[in-house]
Amino acid sequence: MLDSLATWFHNRPRVKLAALLTAPLFWLVVAYIGSLCSLLVTSFYSINSFTGNVIHTFNLNNFKEVFSNSSYHNVILRTLGISIAVTFICGFLAVPIAFYIAKIAKPRAQKILVAAILTPLWASYLVKIYSWRTMLEPNSGVIDWLLGPIGIRSPGFGIIGIIIGLSYLWLPYMILPIYAGFDRLPNSLLDASSDLGARNLYTFKRVIAPIIFPSIVAGSVFTFSLSLGDYITAQIIGGKIQMLGNVVYQNYSLNLPFAATISIVPIAIMGIYLTAIRKVGALSNE
Amino acid sequence: MEVQMHRKRLVKTSLVAAAALLILSGCGNSGDSASDTNSASESSTASDNGLPKIEALQSLGAGEGQVNIVAWAGYVENGSTDPKVDWVTGFEKETGCKVNVKVGASSDDMVALMKTGEYDVVSASGDASLRLIYGGDVAPVNTDLIANYADIFENLKMQPWNSVDGVAYGVPHGRGANLLAYRTDIVKPAPTSWGAVFDANSPYKGKITAYDSPIYIADAALYLMKTKPELGITYPYALDQTQFDAAIELLNQQKPLVSEYWGDYLKHVAGLKAGTTVLGTTWQVNINLAKGEGTKVEGIKPVEGSTGWSDTWMISSKAKNPNCGYMWMNHIASPEANAAVAEWFGEAPSNAKSCDLTADKNHCATFHASDDAYWQDVYYWNTATEKCLDGRTDVKCIPYSDWATAWSSLRNS
Repeated sequence: MLDSLATWFHNRPRVKLAALLTAPLFWLVVAYIGSLCSLLVTSFYSINSFTGNVIHTFNLNNFKEVFSNSSYHNVILRTLGISIAVTFICGFLAVPIAFYIAKIAKPRAQKILVAAILTPLWASYLVKIYSWRTMLEPNSGVIDWLLGPIGIRSPGFGIIGIIIGLSYLWLPYMILPIYAGFDRLPNSLLDASSDLGARNLYTFKRVIAPIIFPSIVAGSVFTFSLSLGDYITAQIIGGKIQMLGNVVYQNYSLNLPFAATISIVPIAIMGIYLTAIRKVGALSNE
Repeated sequence: MEVQMHRKRLVKTSLVAAAALLILSGCGNSGDSASDTNSASESSTASDNGLPKIEALQSLGAGEGQVNIVAWAGYVENGSTDPKVDWVTGFEKETGCKVNVKVGASSDDMVALMKTGEYDVVSASGDASLRLIYGGDVAPVNTDLIANYADIFENLKMQPWNSVDGVAYGVPHGRGANLLAYRTDIVKPAPTSWGAVFDANSPYKGKITAYDSPIYIADAALYLMKTKPELGITYPYALDQTQFDAAIELLNQQKPLVSEYWGDYLKHVAGLKAGTTVLGTTWQVNINLAKGEGTKVEGIKPVEGSTGWSDTWMISSKAKNPNCGYMWMNHIASPEANAAVAEWFGEAPSNAKSCDLTADKNHCATFHASDDAYWQDVYYWNTATEKCLDGRTDVKCIPYSDWATAWSSLRNS
């Protein structure tokens, strides 16, 4: 019975393919593209100014508001700036860490280090950010208590706080792909480079960097997009600073179409970013 | 090569499928909108005051076994916050209605939650109640089915925020004023005026807090009403363009003083406790919670008066558990429960008989439950509309949706 079914499918490769792909494609199309589409459609609607009910008539007012109101320019630029800063900080921290784990650490230490990088991912996001709140608290926080005596003050709640918090949260997502990249890099290449007289820096520039560049880009997609959409960190350790996610959070209950319009912004930025790195060719496999 | 061809075809197929879906969902949406406008126009022809026509419950049946409630923090306590604070467990045992509560962070939040139709009952403040009524999200309340309604203070019944054209839309819950909180060990001398949170030269710069909601614009308007009479503000929820701009300007000046805007009351209490905020607007319940954790903090009603709330229990027009909903509304209006919640939250109860049942016998006096003079300068949250609520007809007022836009813009600048 099962055998005949298997043979039947084997003889009809297209049906087999269809049967295998229907469920995931359905999921992708309905849940993913469908919700994105309804988001896009909603962003063109407006609300009844009194009851807050959504009025289903097409207009561009929300987009006009986003593009004409300088507050929203500020929040877009601020969010972009924070995301870029987080991505760079994660990149600068992750490359040496990943290099050490992949190339210098002994095999035993290697395993322990990878586990150490993975463990923070098991803890709840909220717990981690609330502990940063106690760390950053001005005057009474851990940073001020520990480093105050040597003259280092906590930056308090604000943009710097958000950048620190997000860099901490997303660092593993940057380290892991770069580590994988270094892992694939044969040691013989480094030896060859030094045999040919290249110094460390030159080896890094001409041999290592080009090979791990796609890994860095892959990591940056994580850190950049995660930062772009985040709002809880800003809420907890951002003081009065708002990011794009906060604007969505602030508006979704009151003005759903406007919240939809705002959430188009990070999607558009990510679209541009992904297109740009595709153009550079960083995502193609060699 | 062949694999690539296949892949290309696959991509094509999925793209076509996606496009088809886009069109479909587009159609679905436009269909919705057509039926929506239809039903709206139907209801507006059905009643000339623009109210969606919804019938009140005629008779009470057996409980459904549960009730889903949207409430302010501290309104529905089952002993999990403080074992002594519990007016839910008894109700559950008595009626067999399990109480599921969702705490709303703001009036806007509550309106959004009620629109989902997932909840049966809501404790709506005046800036939410009319939006819910005109939005068709709540049903009129048949007060004959609520035995305890008779004992509610007469001057809280059938008010503009809980009734329309003589039809009751809810059961009054209690009222209170938004207070000015200050850390008694840090802020000296004690403040007496809202000026303390708007003073550009405040010694507490960077440690002031404000409520994170568009309704906070009314607090600025109230301060201007008392300090800048030339603006001619008579009611903080009826602001024309000039008055509104002045309020927004005041809030923009305040922004550098503010450390954090609070929406989440627990974060606000934590801020008071840690001393990251030492001065700012609050609710009595937050002061009680902070004091409970050993923080030296007090709250006052400043000389300018205050904004405040008069809350109403309302029932959803789409309630799945209407009987349990009515039982809850009757229970929470009962002298025992009303006294307990009023004392816990720190507000004036709505049931006249509650005053005999509070643990602190002075509670009703402290919170001025029947002291009408005290409420003279408390301006209950209300939904600003284009038609000025103070009766002016020569100007257009700024509706609440524009308050929200302005607040969003202020917070993000």
